[in-house]
Amino acid sequence: MIAVIDGGGANFLSVTTALDKLKIDYQFTHDADVINLATGVILPGVGSAKYAMEHLKKHGLVDVVRNLKTPLLGICLGMQLLYEHSTEGDVDCLGVISGTVNRFTPEANLIVPHMGWNNLNVEVHSPLINGLGQDDNVYFVHSFYAPVNEATIASCDYGNRFSAIVQNNNFYGTQFHPEKSGVLGELLLSNFFGIVNDSLSSN
Amino acid sequence: MLKKRIIPCLDVKDGAVVKGVQFRNHEIVGEIIELAKRYSDSGADELVFYDITASSDNRNIDKKWIYDIAKNINIPFCVAGGIRSVAQAEAVLANGADKISINSPALENPQLITELAKRFGTQCVVVGIDSRIIDGQYQVNQYTGDESKTVVTRRFVEDWAREVELRGAGEIVLNCMNQDGVRSGYDITQTKLVSNLVNIPVIASGGAGSMSDFANLFKQTRVTGALAASVFHKQIIAIDELKQYLAEENIEIRKC
Repeated sequence: MIAVIDGGGANFLSVTTALDKLKIDYQFTHDADVINLATGVILPGVGSAKYAMEHLKKHGLVDVVRNLKTPLLGICLGMQLLYEHSTEGDVDCLGVISGTVNRFTPEANLIVPHMGWNNLNVEVHSPLINGLGQDDNVYFVHSFYAPVNEATIASCDYGNRFSAIVQNNNFYGTQFHPEKSGVLGELLLSNFFGIVNDSLSSN
Repeated sequence: MLKKRIIPCLDVKDGAVVKGVQFRNHEIVGEIIELAKRYSDSGADELVFYDITASSDNRNIDKKWIYDIAKNINIPFCVAGGIRSVAQAEAVLANGADKISINSPALENPQLITELAKRFGTQCVVVGIDSRIIDGQYQVNQYTGDESKTVVTRRFVEDWAREVELRGAGEIVLNCMNQDGVRSGYDITQTKLVSNLVNIPVIASGGAGSMSDFANLFKQTRVTGALAASVFHKQIIAIDELKQYLAEENIEIRKC
């Protein structure tokens, strides 16, 4: 069973609808026991970093998520929360990936939010991106971005080069919305559930 | 590179997709889910659903159809019509919409834009602007879903576009009413004016008649997307062919 963490945002339905389509058994929850017992975890994110971290704190989930050994997928803001700090509300985040999340620089001609379909640059291979290639387009909506570092699997260019897909140990993240990225997004989600199943059989 | 978005707009009235000419004389063009799936499968980058009666009738929109759309497509979609409060917006988003678009209620109460942006993030909040040229000035119209209730406000499109950006809108859909449904091309002059004024995405709407209209729009303005209805509903333009054509015109587009 997959735990989808209730982050307090209004739009969780796009994630759970995608799981329904893939016939994935999930529970939408902020219960620490459910999250600890789940075979895999999804951390969606809608709203601001500060609001989302306060929500996790309120339900005592900050250390629960940090200490997870099962695969976790952070989506959009959920990926940004994996980093150490966000300048969106100047808030410390989960810190399982190093670096700080910043706003797109308001230089002339850069339209913010970065909203729409943009292509991936694959940096290193990961089972998460099996079947996804260089130049595949996925759907982004965000005003803040995470830096490229040793956790970056794929990057994207918009004003800066930023992390589009990341992984550190069992922590995975996508800046884009796989549940809104057509068949390629569904493929990525399937890959994540493959990773969840593999980690079950290896334990 | 960020791709230019092709966005079919589905005007919803009493549960069916309709299309009028210059916002009048609506005719039924299809069933909501069937059209949404057809466009999504043929390469639309995003969909917009306008409940065109909601705002002018001062009633809430029925949410079931939103949930049905969310269940059936895997691309983003925006819902517009009759959203006057944070609670109403939350209901639309909780039923699976990715964005909400407000138009007449934003003109009634501009503070609503700020409240929605604070609660849901700017990326969720689209402001639709209906503009018509009157005596050489682009003037904002209100309650355009019903011709008998439509009013010309005292606002000029330039001022209103800047204001909605400052108040926290994440995107503007600019409906150039003089062009709507007549398929004579986008209003390049007005679209250029507005898209150069703001640093949030601007989507052009109204006037698409041929594939070259899309190419001209993307070549001559900063818009990040083009919205159209009748050319898609009446199958004058197929989205996959349009995208192939735009790619040949060297416009950055998501190929399907």
